[in-house]
Amino acid sequence: MPSTMPMPIDSDAGRPRLAPHVRLTFDPARQRYVLLTPETVTVLNDTGAAILELCDGERTVAGILTELHARYDRVVDDEVRLFLTDLLAKRRVEVSDG
Amino acid sequence: MDRPFGLLAELTYACPLHCPYCSNPLNLGDYCDELTTQEWQRVLAEASELGVLQLHLSGGEPLQRRDLVEIVRSARGVGLYTNLITSGFGLSPRRAELLRAAGLDHVQISIQADEPTLADRIAGARSFERKKAAARLVKSLGWPLTVNVVLHRHNIDRVDRILDMAADLGADRIELANTQYYGWAWRNRDGLLPSRAQLECAEATVRARRGRLDGRIEIIYVVPDYYSRYPKPCMGGWGRRQLTVVPNGDVLPCPTAHALPLPRVSVREHPLAWIWERSPLFQRFRGTGWMPHPCRSCGRREIDFGGCRCQAFQLTGDAARTDPVCHLSPDHGLVAAAVRAANSDTQPARTPLTFRPHPDRPVKG
Repeated sequence: MPSTMPMPIDSDAGRPRLAPHVRLTFDPARQRYVLLTPETVTVLNDTGAAILELCDGERTVAGILTELHARYDRVVDDEVRLFLTDLLAKRRVEVSDG
Repeated sequence: MDRPFGLLAELTYACPLHCPYCSNPLNLGDYCDELTTQEWQRVLAEASELGVLQLHLSGGEPLQRRDLVEIVRSARGVGLYTNLITSGFGLSPRRAELLRAAGLDHVQISIQADEPTLADRIAGARSFERKKAAARLVKSLGWPLTVNVVLHRHNIDRVDRILDMAADLGADRIELANTQYYGWAWRNRDGLLPSRAQLECAEATVRARRGRLDGRIEIIYVVPDYYSRYPKPCMGGWGRRQLTVVPNGDVLPCPTAHALPLPRVSVREHPLAWIWERSPLFQRFRGTGWMPHPCRSCGRREIDFGGCRCQAFQLTGDAARTDPVCHLSPDHGLVAAAVRAANSDTQPARTPLTFRPHPDRPVKG
């Protein structure tokens, strides 16, 4: 279906943030970060949670990558972009330009 | 054992509307001894400890509970994502602001059609304009809004205009949910089940509109299982991801399981964790060990979990049979017959519908 085609994060200048109906929270029962929408729960790994915590609508994708590189030894930029692209397609994340 | 992700809290079965597709039980009067505010607060705290992350506040009409704001505040206090599933009736600007301040995360408003005459006829009450006002109020307060429209024979031909209405209201998401035949909807099935031609037309519209509306509004389409080859994975498996607490405190693996001949269990008598982990009700159809043929050897047994236990019981009288919706079920003829009737030229298009009544109940909260 056309709507499920991932829209690429076409520019590192985009500023991602969580969509209004989405909440990122720590689940004490499972000891994991989770992304919540009205009908879905996405259990995140630590890297996923770290990326999303940086999606504040102010940092650019480039800024997020810089921050991740400063924190972690092994960051694959394209994997971060792919992760965000997937969440954009699922409407968990929105991006404003420039 | 898995921990549950979601709790459906059916706070009350009181409702100002009379929709004939309602999935509430027929014996509404048996649920009038509603949990108190304090009892709900205890349930929410126990649910959170058990691993529940999402709370769906529903009914009936949850706004009929005077303590709804307090319940939302408690839910947020224990970290739950709170989702109000409402008709919009009773959502005054003041109440909406209080709910917003209490931390309510998301609002879903049901609307019966895209125009007042049909919408009010289906709802059995003048409600259309008030629902639209409630939807606008939700957006004006900056809440994410989902518009829910239950589809059936009488409104499914209007999907295009329904999508226009949702976009016009500023909805972030629209859920087009084909009727599921439980409770009052089961009683009214033959008057609600659409024809195959109606469905195909609606689905073509949804596909076309998904392309055009992409990026602006999310369209969720809930498939009609009577027309599917395989059953729905009801609740993601019995006692696996979700639980329901109904107005009187009974706990169910699925909101329509009260119809099954199984032992009841209540938060008034047991802690929620015991109910989830140990109660005979929650263990009865958990996993795959209970499955009959053809489910037992089916490659999809961990995908659809044998389908819906309530539907199996309704159609065959035995909750432990394969959901007859499945084309592999030995009882599939029961579903095929209903589908044939819905598609026959002699199907009375005007099969009379039974509208659900308003239960008499003492006001709580």
